[in-house]
Amino acid sequence: MQRRHVVQYGAAGVGAVALMLGVGWWRVDGPGAPKPAGQRPLPLSAMDFRLTDHEGNEVGPETLIGRPTMVFFGFTYCPDVCPTTLSDISGWLEDLGDDAARMNVVFITVDPERDTVEAMAEYVGYFHPAIRGWTGPANQVARAAEGFRASYERVPTEGGDYTMNHTASVFLFDAKGELVTMIDYHEPREFAVPKIRRALTEDVEGAT
Amino acid sequence: MTKRSYINGLPLVLLLSGMSTPAFAGSEDVVVENAWSRASIGVNRPGAAYMTVRNTGEDAVTLTGLTTPLAVMPEIHESKTNADGVSSMAPADEITIEPGQSVALEPGGLHAMLMKLQEPMTEGENFPLTLTFSDGGKVTVEVPILGIAARGPES
Repeated sequence: MQRRHVVQYGAAGVGAVALMLGVGWWRVDGPGAPKPAGQRPLPLSAMDFRLTDHEGNEVGPETLIGRPTMVFFGFTYCPDVCPTTLSDISGWLEDLGDDAARMNVVFITVDPERDTVEAMAEYVGYFHPAIRGWTGPANQVARAAEGFRASYERVPTEGGDYTMNHTASVFLFDAKGELVTMIDYHEPREFAVPKIRRALTEDVEGAT
Repeated sequence: MTKRSYINGLPLVLLLSGMSTPAFAGSEDVVVENAWSRASIGVNRPGAAYMTVRNTGEDAVTLTGLTTPLAVMPEIHESKTNADGVSSMAPADEITIEPGQSVALEPGGLHAMLMKLQEPMTEGENFPLTLTFSDGGKVTVEVPILGIAARGPES
C-alpha cells in the first residue's frame, strides 16, 4: 500500500519535472521564444549590407567600425516620431559638445521608395550636422534592419498614402562595433546622454 | 509661464467672444494652450501640430474632428511604441475631456496629423486650426510654425 503511494508520487514528480522542462523549452527555444525583433543587434562586424549615404558615398557596417556609433531607423515622411527622435538626438549631441564629433550618427530609412539620397540629404540638413542619412535598395535596407534586429512594416493610410511602423530605439555601439546599449524612444535626456558617454568611454578603454 | 499661456490664449478668447453662443453644451469652455507645429519640407510629407486642450467648464466635452485651410485631411492620430520598441501611428478615437481635465497633444503621442498639405508649412508663420466638438461647437486656434527640429512650444 505504502509502496504504491511512493510509486505514484514518483510518477507525479517525474511528470512535474517533464512539464517544467517542457515549459522551459517552449519559452527559450520553442515557439514561445522571443521573436527576432526583441533580440540584441549583431556586432557591426557580423552585419552585411551596402547602402548610400546622403552625400552619395557607398557605406556599410564596416564604415562605422573605428568610432563609437549611434544608429536609428525611421523615414522622412514620418510626421511625429521621426522628427522627434532626430530633434532629441540633435539635443543629445549638443549636450556632448565636441565629443559628438568623435561619433558616427546614422539615420537609416525604412522607406527607401520615397527616401532617395536627395530626400535624405535635404531632411538631415535640418538637424545636427553629425547626423548622416543612409538609404539604398529595399533588399539592402532589409539586411541592415535584420542585422540590428529592427523591424518595420508598410501600413496603408486613408487617401492612398502609406506610413511605416518601425523600431524607434537608438542603438549604441563602441568603436569595435560591439553593442553597448540601446536608448528607448522617449527616454529622458538625463538617461540618454550618460549612455552615449558610456559608448564613448568604452572607445577609450578599447584603444588602450 | 502664466504670462505666456495668457498671451497664447488671448486670440482664442477674442475669437470665442465673437462666436460663442449659449447653444453649446461645454465646448465654449474649452481653452487651447501652447499650440505649435514643425515646418514642413514642401507639401508631400504630412505635418503635425501639438497643443494642450483644457476643459474649464462643468460638462465633459468630446473632440470629434479638425479642419484647417492648410490641409485637406487633418486628423487626430496617436503614435504608440510597443514593448519591442516598434512605433506605429493610427487615427485616434474621439477624445472626451472631463470637466477640469486637459488632453495633451504632444510628440510621440496624440497629435494633429495634417495630411495633404495645401501649402508648405513655413517657419515663423501661423495657420488657423479649428477643433470641432460633439456639441457642435468649434474652437479655432492660431498655430505657430516653428523649425523642423523644434522640440516644444518654447523652442
